Amino acid sequence: MITIENLCKSFTLHNQNGAVIPVMAGANLAVARGECVGLIGASGAGKSTLMRMVWGNYLAASGSIWVGDLDVVTASPRQIIALRRSTLGYVSQFLRVVPRVPTLDVVAEPLLFLGVPADIARARAADLLARLNIPQRLWELSPTTFSGGEQQRVNIARGFAHPFPALLLDEPTASLDAANREVVLTLIQEAKARGAAILGIFHDEAARDRVCDRLIDVRAFTPKAAA
Amino acid sequence: MTDQAYNFAYLDEDTKRMIRRAILKGVAIPGYQVPFASREMPMPYGWGTGGVQVTAACLTPDDVLKVIDQGADDTTNAVSIRKFFVATAGIAVTEATDKATIIQTRHRIPEAALTAGQIMVYQVPIPEPLRFLEPREVETRKMHELEEYGLMHVKLYEDIAKHGQIATSYAYPVRVEGRYVMDPSPIPKFDNPKLSGNAALQLFGAGREQRIYAIPPFTHVVSLDFDDHPFSPSKANHSCDLCASDTSYLDEVITDDQGGRMFVCSDTDYCATRRAAGHIGALGGQTITEKAAE
Amino acid sequence: MTDLSHAFAAAADTPLLQVKNLTKRYGARMGCADISFDVYQGEVLGIVGESGSGKSTLLSCLAGHMRPDQGEVFFQTAQGARDTVQMGEAERRRLARTDWAYVHQNPRDGLRMGVSAGGNVGERLMAIGARHYGDIRASAIDWLGRVEIDAGRIDERPSAFSGGMQQRLQIARNLVTAPRLVFMDEPTGGLDVSVQARLLDLLRGLVREMGLSAIIVTHDLAVVRLLADRLMVMKDGHVVERGLTDQVLDDPQHEYTQLLVSSVLQV
Repeated sequence: MITIENLCKSFTLHNQNGAVIPVMAGANLAVARGECVGLIGASGAGKSTLMRMVWGNYLAASGSIWVGDLDVVTASPRQIIALRRSTLGYVSQFLRVVPRVPTLDVVAEPLLFLGVPADIARARAADLLARLNIPQRLWELSPTTFSGGEQQRVNIARGFAHPFPALLLDEPTASLDAANREVVLTLIQEAKARGAAILGIFHDEAARDRVCDRLIDVRAFTPKAAA
Repeated sequence: MTDQAYNFAYLDEDTKRMIRRAILKGVAIPGYQVPFASREMPMPYGWGTGGVQVTAACLTPDDVLKVIDQGADDTTNAVSIRKFFVATAGIAVTEATDKATIIQTRHRIPEAALTAGQIMVYQVPIPEPLRFLEPREVETRKMHELEEYGLMHVKLYEDIAKHGQIATSYAYPVRVEGRYVMDPSPIPKFDNPKLSGNAALQLFGAGREQRIYAIPPFTHVVSLDFDDHPFSPSKANHSCDLCASDTSYLDEVITDDQGGRMFVCSDTDYCATRRAAGHIGALGGQTITEKAAE
Repeated sequence: MTDLSHAFAAAADTPLLQVKNLTKRYGARMGCADISFDVYQGEVLGIVGESGSGKSTLLSCLAGHMRPDQGEVFFQTAQGARDTVQMGEAERRRLARTDWAYVHQNPRDGLRMGVSAGGNVGERLMAIGARHYGDIRASAIDWLGRVEIDAGRIDERPSAFSGGMQQRLQIARNLVTAPRLVFMDEPTGGLDVSVQARLLDLLRGLVREMGLSAIIVTHDLAVVRLLADRLMVMKDGHVVERGLTDQVLDDPQHEYTQLLVSSVLQV
């Protein structure tokens, strides 16, 4: 479902005398349907960079990233938008939403974009929020005022609202208590069982061991002789 | 003052020709406001300088002129304009609608049907019907050009929203021959139906705003309205206390300090003609002064 | 799933708006230079840049308020793609009050301040021939509700409204005829931050529900991140960078965009 071939990335910092910083070279990996692959490597080794390139908000210098039958590296913005709506989901570490929008609508929004009727979308959102132990009295409030753990769970609910065939998970269990961590791991296992291809970053080793089928160390993709 | 003090009908021939050209253009494009170089007249703006110039340009020595103001021949404005043309053109004047060849008017159309060959001249204060909502002249001209008349209905919408009905009771906007939206001058909307299919040539002159427009004889003129709030030409629900007419437009006259009032035809010639023919109203043909004296 | 993605691809195969080599000069000074891009149905395009970058000039040329010196602006009409630069003014103005909408930064520029809220919303309906008072009023009430203005205020003039309400009224007035393309010039400019948020949410919902396409000109990067699918960055009349909104903001390639993004305070 996700296939990365010979992917390279560098940053050019025009405002720092045009410094070019190569950050990745020759990255290869593949994630099959129903499989969860964990990225490992020290902080700064390029795990998040790789995830963002798959998501499409970082541009690749060369190589290819196939998600289904679309190469994200060469795809037009429109194709990536369509991909994100229907095929590729992303649970980031940060919640970025319009302030003052009720939590229930934040979670339901990906479904609304797909044309799901509002009542069905909101029912699905309510179901997920309940599973993730967000008290019902908070559903009509904006998540921007929530604690870090609550925001994280809202983000997860939003990411899992639509059954995406491919999912990117960036630290989904960070800052969660044991009970909620358990819920999230169950959600991931359910997604795998329905055939989703999942690429994730998990610092929580126990979590990683439970859901990941394989681990890939991104240090293998660090450009040689960069320094 | 000698006979040579003025050219016939006060204006010089070149000016009259300029105005006639504007009139001809207006007749050719019914409802379209034709700009013209309005002259200073020996009377203030608001006293009918536009109408006077149009009348002056139309008058011939054989014409018979009638001038009415609010339907009456004997009000200040009507009397002075009539005197003005007697002095400057030496033409005959009349108060009888059917005897006149040119009728200059402010605020009314006579009750008696006009006939072919007659000319109605309306005095117009503000010729632009869109001005109420759109102050920019460049924009209103563009709106006329492109027939963008939605704004006229916004005005009527505001009326209904505020008063429950279209409260505009005079200067009620019309569409001429399916094309230009036109301000019929401040005539009561009761008179609007007479604009349409009229045998007379109807000319409109706005002196201060320097515009002339026209409705040629037998032109189709429609008052704007909504499907669910159709146009209705209303008048006081009463008959004339002097001549008993229940179809003419009435003025309400307060006769004393005790709330006494009477309704009389606003068209004085029409009322007098009916009374002369033997029609007697509820107050038995009393005059207003007699009523007041009671 | 696959069905859905195909549906999305098919719905938007032909661009709604196609801009080709658009150029506008002010004498020797460049307004906007050789600009080309497409906008598809349901898509929100953000145009960012500082004052004088040419973004407002570009918007004016697209909306027909200003005539470009060169270039073509094809809009998909019922009769196929038509160049709005070449078409007659009558046709262009008809598009402007049916298929297009223009939301001004200052609601006073986009509203009739002497006309009630209901009259403001109803005007476009009457302009395209609505002649039933009851229906027009029902539409106005419906739209006031959609932009979260109490229907009880339908007969008040906009001057009695707060800035945020005026802006929402302007949006209702523009969207009542279900246009397909909305031009917005700094729609949240001049509003309090909390009022901005409500407006952004409203716009997002309307864009989604009505399948609107929109072109939003702003200098506020937070606004485009939340509203725009795609982004163009302008400087000195030229487009210096374009792409997916989060890609341009998170991984800017051009020197100027990097400066622009790094100059914004992170909240």
